[in-house]
Amino acid sequence: MSASSKVFKDGLWYNNPIFVQVLGICSTLAVTNNLRNTLIMVLGVTFATSMGSLTLSALRELIPRKVRMIVQVLVLSFYVIIIDIVLRAYAPTISKQLGPYVGLIITNCILMGRAEAFAASNPPGLAFLDGLANGFGYGWVLLVIAVIREFLGFGSLFGFKIVGDGFTPWTIMVMAPSAFFLVAIALWIANNYKAKAEAAKKGAAAPAGAPGAPAPQKS
Amino acid sequence: MTDAPNVGLLSLFLASILTSNILLANFLGTCSFISISKDFKSSMGLGIAVTLVIGITAAVCWVVLRYIIEPLGIEYLSFIIFIIVIAGVVQMLEMIIDRFSPALYMALGIFLPLITVNCAVLGVILFMQIRKYNFPQAVIFGFGSGAGWWLAIMLLASIRRKLDSNNAIPAGLKGTGITLITIGFMAMAFVGFSGMIAVQ
Repeated sequence: MSASSKVFKDGLWYNNPIFVQVLGICSTLAVTNNLRNTLIMVLGVTFATSMGSLTLSALRELIPRKVRMIVQVLVLSFYVIIIDIVLRAYAPTISKQLGPYVGLIITNCILMGRAEAFAASNPPGLAFLDGLANGFGYGWVLLVIAVIREFLGFGSLFGFKIVGDGFTPWTIMVMAPSAFFLVAIALWIANNYKAKAEAAKKGAAAPAGAPGAPAPQKS
Repeated sequence: MTDAPNVGLLSLFLASILTSNILLANFLGTCSFISISKDFKSSMGLGIAVTLVIGITAAVCWVVLRYIIEPLGIEYLSFIIFIIVIAGVVQMLEMIIDRFSPALYMALGIFLPLITVNCAVLGVILFMQIRKYNFPQAVIFGFGSGAGWWLAIMLLASIRRKLDSNNAIPAGLKGTGITLITIGFMAMAFVGFSGMIAVQ
């Protein structure tokens, strides 16, 4: 398995930011009751993670260890400001709806986590791919959750009404608690699936991201 | 800045603790929340530290916003400036606590650097900017949100003490899964407060 395809598989499944690393569920959960906003946030996070990883990996020899954290935050916030300005210019209504959550991409733990765990010790190209893969791995889970929440909460997808007037919207799906429940259920399904896959190939080498394992240490 | 929302300070304080709890209603600060709440004592330490940091940074950032960012018209740089202010306040606080109370420093020290990247801190400041609070409102909102976070983490840490020793939980749901479901139930309980105070 080549390094780049391994990075991609890790990001999308074996070391998925949500299922395995349990990172970054902070700010973006708040927007998952609406598919369009979720898509924008996911694209924003993917952009910031991949470009941030690329930059930090390219600079990794130059950054003194002591101030590494603050340099990481500054580089990441640079990209988030770009996202914010672009959104304000081309999608002012979405920018208003997202409110503070665009700025909060800066403190999304996935960004810092990847910068620290991967970009700090890998070449720029691979770090960029890793950021991209983690962004997508994070994105598909959130999009699934957003589809469920918007469909049950409003009876629509991307703002288009899908079901007729006979449908009673589940108010709980619009509110905060449902996001926690749905992430927990998604985590449960993923863990069970993983446990089964592991049991199926018992005796073979353990998969890269065993549940509960700390931040990945890849060469 | 004359268009500050017309809300009383006490109701703003209660609202930021209960009805619009920064964690349970706005999902901010969930990462450290889940990992730290395993341990009761650490939760206490982190809760105090977060409350202090949010309260102080809200005050400092309000001044910076009003007297530096707005007169210069550099709103587009506000994310970077806020982050620098947060990092600076955390560093100062660390030094001050170390100087005056080494015992407290031993208890809080490891949590302080973590707070720089806690989304709750930046979140409170961005909310403050968007809702155009005036100075007393900003400070009250900051301390209230911090106290709300502290309350939530203490509740969760107490529940988790019983939860983690329970063998009836399915294997796939152990750890993070059941914790998230517990947070969901706590969020539902806090939604129940929303009839009391309506401040957004």
